[in-house]
Amino acid sequence: MPHDHHYDPLPDTELRVRALESILVEKDLVDPAAIDLLVETYETKIGPRNGAKVVAKAWTDPEYKKRLMENASAAIAELGFSGVQGEDMVVVENTEGVHNVVVCTLCSCYPWPTLGLPPVWYKAAPYRSRVVRDPRSVLLEFGTELPASTEIHVWDSNAELRYLVLPQRPSGTDGMSVEQLEELVSRDSMIGVKLADMPA
Amino acid sequence: MNSIHDLGGMEGFGPINPEENEATFHYEWEKPIFGWFFSLFAGGIINVDVFRHAIERLGNQHYLESSYYEHWLGAFETLLVEGGTITTEEIDAKMAELAGETQ
Repeated sequence: MPHDHHYDPLPDTELRVRALESILVEKDLVDPAAIDLLVETYETKIGPRNGAKVVAKAWTDPEYKKRLMENASAAIAELGFSGVQGEDMVVVENTEGVHNVVVCTLCSCYPWPTLGLPPVWYKAAPYRSRVVRDPRSVLLEFGTELPASTEIHVWDSNAELRYLVLPQRPSGTDGMSVEQLEELVSRDSMIGVKLADMPA
Repeated sequence: MNSIHDLGGMEGFGPINPEENEATFHYEWEKPIFGWFFSLFAGGIINVDVFRHAIERLGNQHYLESSYYEHWLGAFETLLVEGGTITTEEIDAKMAELAGETQ
């Protein structure tokens, strides 16, 4: 178990989960093997590397980018990423004058097929409450300082609609392969709290 | 519903503290709760709307004191009991039984 938890469970949570699990299995409502497989899938296969593939392709294939901006769900599905919590996707593009950042103020809506499960900070009160009121201070906490002239657009996700930020392609990356470009695309850059990484 | 879950614009929650190289799950008990979402969805016991509504009924103090998957746990428990699938007595009895085993 990691020791740097940002939160501790309530005193009876673990016992309550074991009790409920035992009852649900007895009633044949859940299959523990199926759950193990789901957990493993989300731990190892469904994560921000998927979104990075979408971004790198959009950077290198203008026709794909056009399709992505017009119908994000379909263009993302072309790469094999679709399903639960990503049915209706919208991609918002960062430009010289506009930076986009995504939140879910009501809960934690997040595009699972492209980014995986959300990090704790995305689900917690400090980010959700403040990014809509003072996005610049939030971005600074992630080490992202934007020019004062850059407009910041904050997108509030909901149960039906999920956003993915298309970061700007960093300068000095002209000769790089799609695979090399993918490495520059972090989860945080697709939420919009950071920029894409600069090449080493 | 306008209640505590509607956090946008509120003040005073402090720094964001992002965790480096964060694991997908932080505790083992989070994993079954995550899995139930799919099982109960497929079984027709929950849908997105009743799940959401159940989370919004958790109560302000519980909502702020508990974590993401504990919100899910509370919502599932509410919906399983309200739907007549299980009773609170069953849960309490099983918790007592399991607590006895570990002592």
